[in-house]
Amino acid sequence: MKAFLLMLTLCGIISVQAQSDKYVQAMQQKLALFDSAKTSADLQSLSAAFERIAEAEKTQWLPYYYAALIQARIGFSDKTADKDAIAAKANALLSKAESIEDNADLCTVRNMIATVQMMVDPMSRWQTYGAQASAALQKGMKLDPNNPRLYYLQGMSLFGTPPQFGGGKDKAKPLFEKAIALGKAEPAKPLFPHWGLAESEKMLAQCQ
Amino acid sequence: MRKQLALLCLALGVVCSGWTQVTIGGSVKDKKGRPIPLASVTLKNSYDGATTDSMGRYSFQTTETGAQLLVISIMGYKPFEQTIIIQGTAAISVNASLAEQIDELRAVVVSAGSFPAGDAKRANIMSSLDMATTGGANADITAALKTLPGTQQINDQEGLFVRGGTGYETKQFIDGTLVNNPYFSSVPDISQRGRFSPFLFKGMVFSTGGYSALYGQALSAALVMESIDMPERSEVDASLSPIFASIGTQQLAKNKKSSWGVNYNYTNLTAYFNIVKQKPDYFKTPVFHGGDANFRIKTKNGIIKYYTTFSKSDLGLRREDIDSSYLKDAFGLSNYNWYNNLSWRENLGNGWKMQAGTGFSINKDDISQHVQDQANADKQFSNAVFWMRDKNFMLHNKQIAAQARLVLEKRLSGINNIRFGSEYWYSRNNISYNDSSYVLPDHYKALFAESNIYITNDLALTVGGRLEHNSSIDKMAVAPRATFAYKTSKDAQVSLAYGIFFQKPENSQLRGNDMRYTKASHYILNYTKMTRLRLFRAEAYYKKYEHLVKTAPEYSNNGDGYAKGVEVLWRDRQSIKGFDYWVSYSYLDTKRDYLNFPERMTPNFAADHTVSLVTKRFFTSIKTGFNFTYSFATGRPYYNLQQQTNQKYRIADAGTTKDFHNLGFSMNYVPNAGNPKARTNMVLLASVTNVLGAQQVSGYNYSYSGLVKSPILPPAKRFFLIGIFLSWGVDRTDDIINNNL
Repeated sequence: MKAFLLMLTLCGIISVQAQSDKYVQAMQQKLALFDSAKTSADLQSLSAAFERIAEAEKTQWLPYYYAALIQARIGFSDKTADKDAIAAKANALLSKAESIEDNADLCTVRNMIATVQMMVDPMSRWQTYGAQASAALQKGMKLDPNNPRLYYLQGMSLFGTPPQFGGGKDKAKPLFEKAIALGKAEPAKPLFPHWGLAESEKMLAQCQ
Repeated sequence: MRKQLALLCLALGVVCSGWTQVTIGGSVKDKKGRPIPLASVTLKNSYDGATTDSMGRYSFQTTETGAQLLVISIMGYKPFEQTIIIQGTAAISVNASLAEQIDELRAVVVSAGSFPAGDAKRANIMSSLDMATTGGANADITAALKTLPGTQQINDQEGLFVRGGTGYETKQFIDGTLVNNPYFSSVPDISQRGRFSPFLFKGMVFSTGGYSALYGQALSAALVMESIDMPERSEVDASLSPIFASIGTQQLAKNKKSSWGVNYNYTNLTAYFNIVKQKPDYFKTPVFHGGDANFRIKTKNGIIKYYTTFSKSDLGLRREDIDSSYLKDAFGLSNYNWYNNLSWRENLGNGWKMQAGTGFSINKDDISQHVQDQANADKQFSNAVFWMRDKNFMLHNKQIAAQARLVLEKRLSGINNIRFGSEYWYSRNNISYNDSSYVLPDHYKALFAESNIYITNDLALTVGGRLEHNSSIDKMAVAPRATFAYKTSKDAQVSLAYGIFFQKPENSQLRGNDMRYTKASHYILNYTKMTRLRLFRAEAYYKKYEHLVKTAPEYSNNGDGYAKGVEVLWRDRQSIKGFDYWVSYSYLDTKRDYLNFPERMTPNFAADHTVSLVTKRFFTSIKTGFNFTYSFATGRPYYNLQQQTNQKYRIADAGTTKDFHNLGFSMNYVPNAGNPKARTNMVLLASVTNVLGAQQVSGYNYSYSGLVKSPILPPAKRFFLIGIFLSWGVDRTDDIINNNL
């Protein structure tokens, strides 16, 4: 009887472990594809895969985060994409993620999405989406002042602004430096976002 | 023992999760059988699924068993769901046909006849800043709108003259309610500015025909303006120029749920007229005092807004009398105007929205004219020289107007909706002319309804109508309206609009027996192609006028007429980086028999061809923007109509004025552009109209005998303006930057 109970308990533990392994494995497998996906179709399909994981799990913010991050990536890279539709999709994913856990990394994606929408028509959209983008960064810095990706994005924004309007390489440079310092110090956590360091280094080189 | 147990558990675990894999595949198409790529296919609550390829095909493997829900979804289509039973190893095939979801982002915009302007609209043609930076327009809404097709380059009187219509055939609405006196009071032969700044509004729709059933009592056009909601931040503003000075503040509550603001401005042209000589002799230079105040309160799901503006002005000018070489006509005008608008917009939930508004205004004009001799002493005339005697008059006109309006909107399935409502206007004019006086009250009631029906994303219909009644003519009218829009490609669409429009005769015309509504029927065909930075719009129209007011041989509604034409607008912000321009062209063919016209003829406010070119460029290196506007119109007809003994008029003389040219220029220097830390934000503005000094003849005034005619010219060839605009607290210069990044 004792042995049977033990077996049942063990069985239970293993099955929970198996469930979580399945999640980790699926995430790792998709994350491996993350860097190799090139075309918009590849990216869309990967975003959909993350969304499936997210919808099946319902308690993990990371798959929603990656699904939204990929949408932002499509928004930046695909010239023909309907940016507002992409933004609507990404914002819906982010809202679901936020309801699980609100954190600075979700703010980085909010910032990117607002930037994508602003770039559709900077002249008339600056006021709305430019403000949204900077509000997302401010919120992120409040939640986690040591998130390197926030500083990278802030640097990118200043890098793209003409010096006459308070931007430029000089203004962006210290932010990339900060992003690199924080990025190097950031502890590696499996499945967690780790991008930004290489990008910041590349941008810093352009600021020299 | 332990080892065995672990093995057993492992085996159990493996059995539990199962090894059998089943392939699920199929294709996803739309209702027309076209494949849908990139649709997401998901087995609900599992990780398994796929994305369709370019042929709409998908395939994936799953280890799930039993009854499962297969969900296929993609933006723009209604999701497809089907329960499937997974048994054994047999492959499962599910082909789906997705129904299109009609949504606002994709759907065709029903827009024949109208120019969405301002900042709120998706398909806007002109923003508030565009209006403020249109060269030579001096931030006057009307002047800026005159660069769009359909409008006439009239500069001897205020108003928007649209498609063969007079100025009073265009009405202006703020937050739903009619503005009774949108311009500063008329001075003969000198056009006046509008009372409202473009920055008060977040959205505008300038409809040059076929406008919505939500609005009425304008034969030709409607300018529908929506005021801004909460300001972005608290600020203090001031401006200074040799002509005017203003100071004001806007305060936003900490919780951003309410705000209030007050402004005061003072305009005095004495110094300006000393430097830039004016043709008329101003014995009283124009002086304006103006103030406005507002508050805005956010409600649960809406906002309450109040705006009031007050102005008081005085001016007097002398011109040579046309019938005599040594006499002068001295004209004096003093005006006060108080305008109030209170509106409440609320989302009532369950698909219902409400927009309520009230308006109240008082306008008082005291006008006098005296014929004077060389010593500026008033002259009296006997009845024998009635044409001179009638030039001496006193006119007092006081108008009180009040309105209330309620519109309810119900969202039907998809984005289809229906709006309906009612409005009531009351006005009371106390008019005294020399010794006689009369009071003219009028009650206007209207019921209206309009529905947007989207058949697909590519095909939409707006149908509506109004039921109207004015007490002063005691007539009822039914005005149906319909617009149909079809999207021919992703960026292009064709629209058709039809509508009947009624307008009560002007108060001064209500002298005949049994007067009735003047009537116009509009037929419009529109083609618009719009990409992010380019716009092409062509429109053809036919407008039929009926029951226009005749003042001779007696007052009646026996007038009629037509207007037809073709208009083109091209705006391009893409071809040259940082350079923005638009070109508009209008062709107009119109004739009407109204007022004292002896027959159908082209009215003196209608030019056959009108062209405008607007260019804007901001140079970030010098933080300065340069804006040029060139307007051209072919000459307009003018007539000398002489009354005959049978009370009818005849054309004693006629001709066409010379072509109209106007080159307007403005530049704005924004020294703190892009410096978000700057405490003081500043815009330095310089502007001049008619840079090239073209002679702009609007028509001719005739002597009573008809032997002398003198051209109607602006009071000065050019108008110069320099000014400095300051704000503390919020970066106004953002606006400039935004438009040029």
